[in-house]
Amino acid sequence: MSSPGAAPAPPVPLRNDPRARALFYQIVLLALILWLGFEFARNARANLATQGIGSGFGFLANTAGFGVNQSLIPYNESDSYGRIFLVGLLNTLLVSCLGIVLATVLGFFIGIARLSPNRPLARLAGGYVELMRNLPLLFHILFWYLAVLGTLPSPRQSISLLGEIFLNNRGLILPAPIAGEGAGPAVDTLIAGCLASIGLKIWAKRRQNRIGEQFPVLWCSLVLILGVPFLVLAATGFPVAFEQPQLRGFNFVGGIRLIPELLALLTALSLYTAAFIAEIVRAGVLAVPRGQAEAAFALGLRRKLALRLVIVPQALRVIVPPLTNQYLNLTKNSSLAIAIGYPDLFAVFAGTTLNQTGQAIEIIAITMGVYLSLSLLTSAVMNWYNAWIGRAERR
Amino acid sequence: MKRAIFLSVLIAVGCSATAPKAQTLKAVKDRGSLICGVSQGLPGFSNPDDKGKWTGFDVDFCRAIAAAVLNDATKVKFTPLSAKDRFEPLKIGEIDVLSRNTTWTLSRDVAYGNFAGVTYYDGQGFMVRKALKVNSALELNGASICTQTGTTTELNLADYFRANNMKYEVIAFGTADETVKAYESGRCDAFTTDVSQLYAEKLKLTNANDHVILPEIISKEPLGPLVRHGDDQWFDIVKWTHFAMLNAEELGISSKTVDEALKSNQPEIKRLLGVEGNFGEQLGLDRDWVVRIVKQVGNYGEVFDRNVGVGSNLGISRGLNRLWTKGGIQYAPPVR
Repeated sequence: MSSPGAAPAPPVPLRNDPRARALFYQIVLLALILWLGFEFARNARANLATQGIGSGFGFLANTAGFGVNQSLIPYNESDSYGRIFLVGLLNTLLVSCLGIVLATVLGFFIGIARLSPNRPLARLAGGYVELMRNLPLLFHILFWYLAVLGTLPSPRQSISLLGEIFLNNRGLILPAPIAGEGAGPAVDTLIAGCLASIGLKIWAKRRQNRIGEQFPVLWCSLVLILGVPFLVLAATGFPVAFEQPQLRGFNFVGGIRLIPELLALLTALSLYTAAFIAEIVRAGVLAVPRGQAEAAFALGLRRKLALRLVIVPQALRVIVPPLTNQYLNLTKNSSLAIAIGYPDLFAVFAGTTLNQTGQAIEIIAITMGVYLSLSLLTSAVMNWYNAWIGRAERR
Repeated sequence: MKRAIFLSVLIAVGCSATAPKAQTLKAVKDRGSLICGVSQGLPGFSNPDDKGKWTGFDVDFCRAIAAAVLNDATKVKFTPLSAKDRFEPLKIGEIDVLSRNTTWTLSRDVAYGNFAGVTYYDGQGFMVRKALKVNSALELNGASICTQTGTTTELNLADYFRANNMKYEVIAFGTADETVKAYESGRCDAFTTDVSQLYAEKLKLTNANDHVILPEIISKEPLGPLVRHGDDQWFDIVKWTHFAMLNAEELGISSKTVDEALKSNQPEIKRLLGVEGNFGEQLGLDRDWVVRIVKQVGNYGEVFDRNVGVGSNLGISRGLNRLWTKGGIQYAPPVR
């Protein structure tokens, strides 16, 4: 028992000093992690050496030698594994980006519909959510691929729309536009129209803030984006031809073909993820205090306007972070593509390429790196968007 | 599943201080069972029946090894593997031998292990619907073709169409079942894989008679069992199990006549069955290893006929797989 006035307490032994202890444990932990990492690398090197497997990324320059059924860039069998990596990556990005857009639009509508005062509509939306999210995603994918698209007729008995668009068990075949001589100005005006519309939107918003008057942005944008290029096309005598798909041999030749693998994967991913997004949107809207809606209605705003101007902007703060998760899930889930032969990154690179080269460590590391980068990039964009809407709200 | 295997590869390659090297024989004996990698279900080669019992050509080869090493052909644990994920489990020691209709190629020989001989000489072919009225693979210009990913078939297909200047669309699936389902749904005009497998898959189709296998063989597909690099003793045992079955057939020793053959005066038969010499011991087994193989599993011809040949519903003719004495290329070095 120490008493006041006694000699100062004897110095605490080092092992009882919390700061020294913390420092000690941190050093030990760091050393442990470094040692583990070192051992991992050393072992991997030694084991690879005993199994006679060369390491390094030189294999990326070797000839791949196999074909793929969808490529966004020119590819043939004599191209390299590096090229096939790009093909797979672009296919993954294609299905992920399209899936994210479709799932978001659909999810928003269903989420809002679930809160609708219209009972049958709300029930329908509720039923959709429960049905979709409670079945495994692989089931959705196989259902769309085998049970829906797989039962379409063969190319000779294609379902034809307007004699131009064909649907069969080889996919959806559309006429391909071919820009002829002199189509340049039309394309230029289209791009200029898009840019001008964005500028117009910003200008109209500022103008409304200043003088309180609305500007018919939508109609002006439509004229800019569709009308002006059309006029230019007409003026230059329609230099665009459409390549009609022709039934020749086993399948249609020419035109643009969307393969059933893409359609099935995209549909399944979008419908499945939309159910989760719908729930997130519903939660976000419900998180906005009831008073906000009542105040909006009291000001005379109709339900649609109240949603758009008052409730959704506030709900977004709650919606965006979990929405990011869904986007990441969708991107990663796209690797289930291999079940239906869609040539995504996982199927062609971590699948066929790995099997042919045996470079497991390099290929898995690259694939991990890609999915990680995609996820981090998506998160970064969504975080930026979240910060941006937060800032817009304070203004 | 896929990810689990890849992860285990990474962990095993990275962490295991004792990568499995020699001593497979000892490990098998200590364990009391052989772990054999087979397909996920390919009639005739490796297929579980309704009671879960594995049968087939590749399965019988595993049983022959078990009979030679453990004196009990039933002491085999079968690990079903997809074409894509078949090699890593062998590399990291999850299985002792991969007996899974695997084509021997240079890069696989270098990257994954040693091929212990060719148990089945196969080649790649095409199956199409009869309704298409296609009589030759050369008429397949512009066709959609289903195949399984992670196989040499993908590469042969690309080579064949390139060499003949024909266009094609390939759709590659993760497993054989998915591939066949897509072919059956009409997604593809043709299904390509090794001919033996085409016969097997044809049996699974709802109307097997509506489909025909085209005459062209577009590749050499020597199928054989694969063992790990760095264990020569085990490599020899697996290799000589195959040779023993061939030699037994050549000398006319079958599961029915083996007891009789033990009394034979022929020196070759005496050596093979261990009546003379210590050839089994040289392999690390014992003298009557071949007697056990033939008694419990059969000779090469018996195994072929029972599983894929005329005695089975596949009904594939022996073709190249006849013994060298009968016009085939199955040939085993002598036991000396």
